[in-house]
Amino acid sequence: MKRLRPCLLLLCALIVGTLLLGGCAQRQREIFETSESQLALRSMQTRVFDTDDKNTMLRTVIATLQDLGFVVNEADADLGTVTATKRSGYALKVTVSVRPKGKTQMIVRASAQYNIYIVEDPEPYQKFFAALSKAAFLEANQIE
Amino acid sequence: MNTINTPKRTVWPVWLALLVLTTLLAGCAPTIPNDAMTLTEDSLQERQMQTRTFETSDEATLLSASAAVLQDLGYLIEDSETKCGLIVTSRDRDVTDAGEVLAAVLLGALSGVPVPWDEHQRVIASLVTRPIGDEKIAVRITFQHMVWNSSKQLVRNETINDPEIYQEFFSKLSKSVFLTAHDL
Repeated sequence: MKRLRPCLLLLCALIVGTLLLGGCAQRQREIFETSESQLALRSMQTRVFDTDDKNTMLRTVIATLQDLGFVVNEADADLGTVTATKRSGYALKVTVSVRPKGKTQMIVRASAQYNIYIVEDPEPYQKFFAALSKAAFLEANQIE
Repeated sequence: MNTINTPKRTVWPVWLALLVLTTLLAGCAPTIPNDAMTLTEDSLQERQMQTRTFETSDEATLLSASAAVLQDLGYLIEDSETKCGLIVTSRDRDVTDAGEVLAAVLLGALSGVPVPWDEHQRVIASLVTRPIGDEKIAVRITFQHMVWNSSKQLVRNETINDPEIYQEFFSKLSKSVFLTAHDL
């Protein structure tokens, strides 16, 4: 009986752990359903460039992704989208969209997925836009 | 009546449980590797390996010839967007090797644990053309390959870095368009 108590304690902890893990996945889904965090994510993933040439911008995005070690999977010039994947033991998939903002600017939005998780960390996006900015010889402005 | 156990005897399961809990929760949101979105010194070398320039302004012909060369090499076209100068192709192959299977079976028999062998390889070749000024076009191709074993596990998932493969492709393309493939 004395030996049973620690085992019961461990079992309880493991059950609680499993429930919490399940809850964690649920919480992640809920996080991206609130409008507040969608706004934060959009801000992280978007920059504005002072150019009106959508096609050149799209080609620059493709060249930058290739430089970063991505392989382009799809592109649609009319829609202004490119999807690419980087494989180095993991799969990092990125979709970049380019669309006009008024007559003189382009909005570029990059959404990244690491294996099966959405990338919510601002740093990779900052690095991507830094590389794109350099390749395009244009400054990447934050979206208002 | 049993007295409650002294705390010392029940401490270690609690610590173990906490450790398990922390590990489980930590598994919730992995961070991507630091160099995933960084231009490294290798980036320039890779660009040079993967790119050749051709003295022509006819992008459509160059793209078309590239598609033909890839078809010759056994690739199937998955997607294309001529306005961006993009062609995406793939090739699936059975890479089962008799020697490897034999070795795996013997090892499995000796150790009692089944040993899988490589079975299916998929190569994705993505080609992009980009005009440089009015007289030159740069062609960049990237190859990635994935290998699954007989247990359907992904055992390889990487970009191909062998310069000979890229050299072979550009040599064929060069012959196909009757133009010299210059280094970047």
